Amino acid sequence: MNERIQEKLSILADAAKYDTSCSSSGGKRKNENKGLGNAEGMGICHSYTEDGRCVSLLKILLTNHCIFDCAYCVSRRSNDVKRAAFTVDEVVDLTINFYRRNYIEGLFLSSGIFSSPDYTMERLVRIAKKLRTEHKFNGYIHLKTIPGASEELIQEAGLYADRLSVNIELPSELALTTLAPEKNYQEILTPMGQIRDGIIQNKEEKALFKKVPAFATAGQSTQLIVGASAETDLQIIKLTDSLYQGYGLKRVYYSGYIPVTDDARLPQVTQPPLIREHRLYQTDWLMRFYGFQADEILDPAHPHLDLEIDPKLAWALRNRHVFPVDVNTAEYEMILRIPGVGARSAKRIVAARRFARLNLETLRQLGVVLKRAKYFLTCQGEHQPVIGELSEQQVRRQILFGSGAVRSALVTQQLDLFAQAS
Amino acid sequence: MLPLKPIRRPTSVLASAAPRRPGAPALTAPPRDYTYDGTFEGLLTVLFTIYDWRAAPSSIQPEASAQVGLFAQPAHRETDEALAARVWDGLLKSMDSEARTRLYHVFLSEDADRELLIFRYVNLALRSAQDVAENYANADVRRVQRLAQQMFREKHRMEAFVRFEKTQDELFHATIEPDMDVLPLIAVHFTKRYADQRWLIYDRRRHYGLYYDLTRTDVVQFEAAAGRKTTDVSATVFDEREPLFKLLWQVYFDHVNIPERKNLKLHRRHMPLRYWKYLSEKQPREVRFEPIQNKQPVVGKEVSAGQKALE
Repeated sequence: MNERIQEKLSILADAAKYDTSCSSSGGKRKNENKGLGNAEGMGICHSYTEDGRCVSLLKILLTNHCIFDCAYCVSRRSNDVKRAAFTVDEVVDLTINFYRRNYIEGLFLSSGIFSSPDYTMERLVRIAKKLRTEHKFNGYIHLKTIPGASEELIQEAGLYADRLSVNIELPSELALTTLAPEKNYQEILTPMGQIRDGIIQNKEEKALFKKVPAFATAGQSTQLIVGASAETDLQIIKLTDSLYQGYGLKRVYYSGYIPVTDDARLPQVTQPPLIREHRLYQTDWLMRFYGFQADEILDPAHPHLDLEIDPKLAWALRNRHVFPVDVNTAEYEMILRIPGVGARSAKRIVAARRFARLNLETLRQLGVVLKRAKYFLTCQGEHQPVIGELSEQQVRRQILFGSGAVRSALVTQQLDLFAQAS
Repeated sequence: MLPLKPIRRPTSVLASAAPRRPGAPALTAPPRDYTYDGTFEGLLTVLFTIYDWRAAPSSIQPEASAQVGLFAQPAHRETDEALAARVWDGLLKSMDSEARTRLYHVFLSEDADRELLIFRYVNLALRSAQDVAENYANADVRRVQRLAQQMFREKHRMEAFVRFEKTQDELFHATIEPDMDVLPLIAVHFTKRYADQRWLIYDRRRHYGLYYDLTRTDVVQFEAAAGRKTTDVSATVFDEREPLFKLLWQVYFDHVNIPERKNLKLHRRHMPLRYWKYLSEKQPREVRFEPIQNKQPVVGKEVSAGQKALE
C-alpha cells in the first residue's frame, strides 16, 4: 500500500510540475472554526527545488490519464508513460498530513481529462469540498478548471477553492489548433469569463449582505507556454495585457517550453528559453507595478524583448530624451522609470528627500543600483550624467561590459550558448 | 494616448507628518556605562534612567556579558515593569506604533550594537519635529530599517522552514536554530494555523520553546538534563505513520524538480545551507530517487521535417 502511494505521488507530482503557478497569497480564509490552517494574507514558500522554484503547495494531478493529445504535454494520450490515479481520500489524507507538518500552504490540484470534462471536474470539486467540510481545512486550495466543464461545477469549485485557474498554454489560436487539436480558445475563455463574473458578483453581494460564502477570493490566474510556438513577445504581452484588463486576472505565468517530445510540430530545442521567460516576467512586473503600457515596451518594429538587457533599461535607452531625471524633484512615476531604481528605492527616495537633499552616496545606501542608474539620473548638479552625449550603443556597452558589470550567471551562460551557436 | 494605469503610490508621500511634540531633557551629565538584565523591559528602564539622570550612555550592556574598562563604574538598573510600560507608551508621542514595533524587532535581532542603536533612534525621534521613520538619509534610521527587515525575513523563514514531527501522543514537535530570536514573533502565526493540534517549537540555540496545548500558547523552558539534548525526540516515540509522510515529502520534493532548469545558486539563495539541518527534504534518502521517464529526448535525433522546412 505504502509503495503504491509512493509511486502514485512520484508519477502525479512529476506530471504536474510544469505548471509554474505556485502562489499561495491573497486568500482571505481565516481559521475561525478551531479547524486546521489559516490562509489569510501572505503566501509562504516552504521549500525550494534545485531549480530555484518555490514549493508552496502540494501540486499534483488527480490522474495523468488523458483523452487529449496536446503535443507539448507529457501526459498526452499518445505518450507511452506510466499512468496512475489518486483516490479522493488519498489526496485528502496527503494534503492534511503534509499541512500538519508545515510542509505546505495547501493543495494545487489539476488533472488529466478522463471520461469527460464534467466527470473530472466533479472529482476535483469533491476533494476540495471534503477538505473544507469534513476536515475543517482552512489552508489554501487552488483548483484547475477543466476546459469544457459545466458552469454549475465551476460555481461550486469557487465556493471551496481560494483560487481557480484555466491554462491558456498556447498564446494564439493558430498554435492551439496545431498543437492541441482537441482544445479551442472558446472553451478556455468561457470558464475564465464565468470565474470573473462569479468574483464580481460575489463582491457585490458581500457589499449588500453580511454572510455571503466566499468565491475564489484569491482570484484567478493562467499560464502561457513560451517557445513551443512561434508567437512574438509582442503578441504574448498584448495577450497578457488583455487578460489583466479584460478578465481581471491576478497573475499570468510564463513557462519556458521544456522539450518533452520530438513531435515534428514542435521546435527542436534542447534548452528551455529561460532568459526569455525571465524577460517576460520583468515585462509583466513593469505593466503591473511600474505603470508601463504594453506598447511602450514593444511595438511592431521591435516585436521581441532584448535578451541581453532588461526591458526597463531597453525602454530607457530608446527614450534617452526624457533623462536625466532629477531624484530631488521628479514625480514618483518618473523615478520608477529610472533603470536601477526599484519600487522600494523609489518610495524611499520620495520619502527621504523631504529631510535632506539626496546625493549619489545616499542613493547607493537606499539600495539604488548605480551601475545602471548613474546614466539616467541627476542630483541637482552634484552629478551630471552624460546621457545626452552618449549613443544608445555606448551606454549599453558600458553597462553590459564596463567595469563592475555583473551579469546574472543565467544570462552569461545562455549568451555563451548563442555565441557558440552562431 | 492611453490613460495612465494606476500605480500603487506609497501612502507616506501623501500623508502629512503627524504633529510632533519635540523635546527631551538635554543630557548634560557626564556619559555613563549602563547595564541591564538583558530583557526588553530592562532596556526600556535604562532609557528612562538616561533621561532621568541626564547622562548619555557610553555603553548599554546586558549584565551577564558586560565588559567595561578597569575603572569604569557601570550603573546597573533593576528592571522596573511600571517604568518600562511608561516608556513604551510614551514612545508613541514621538513615533507611530509601526516604528515602535521596529525597535522591538531590532532588540530581538540580537545585533551587537542594538541597545545603543535603539537609544540613538529614540533620542533622534524625541528631538525631531518631524516623524523620523522615513528619514533614510540618516544612518541610524537606515540601520533600524535594515535590522527590522532582516528580522522580518528571518521570521518569515521560520514560518516556512519549521518541520513538525508527530509523536505517539499526538504532539507535533519541531526544533529550530534561527539567526535571531524569532519565537516571540512567530507565536501568533502558528497558534492561528494549528488550532486543532498540540505543538511545540523549540529554539535550541536559545534554549526555550513555544508550546500550544489546544487552548493557549506558552513559553516553555526545559531543565537541562546533564548534557543531553533535552528536546530530541527519539525515533521510538514517533507516530507510526511519521516515517511514511517524511518519505512521501522527500519523494514529492525530488519529483517536482525540473532538471532542465537546474540552478543551485538560486536554490541556495532562497534556502541557505544553515537551515538544511532541520529540513526533512534535505536529509539523506533511504530510497534512491528514480526519475520518471516521460520524455523522448530531442538531442541526437535526426532533424525533423518541421525543422528542415524552416532552414
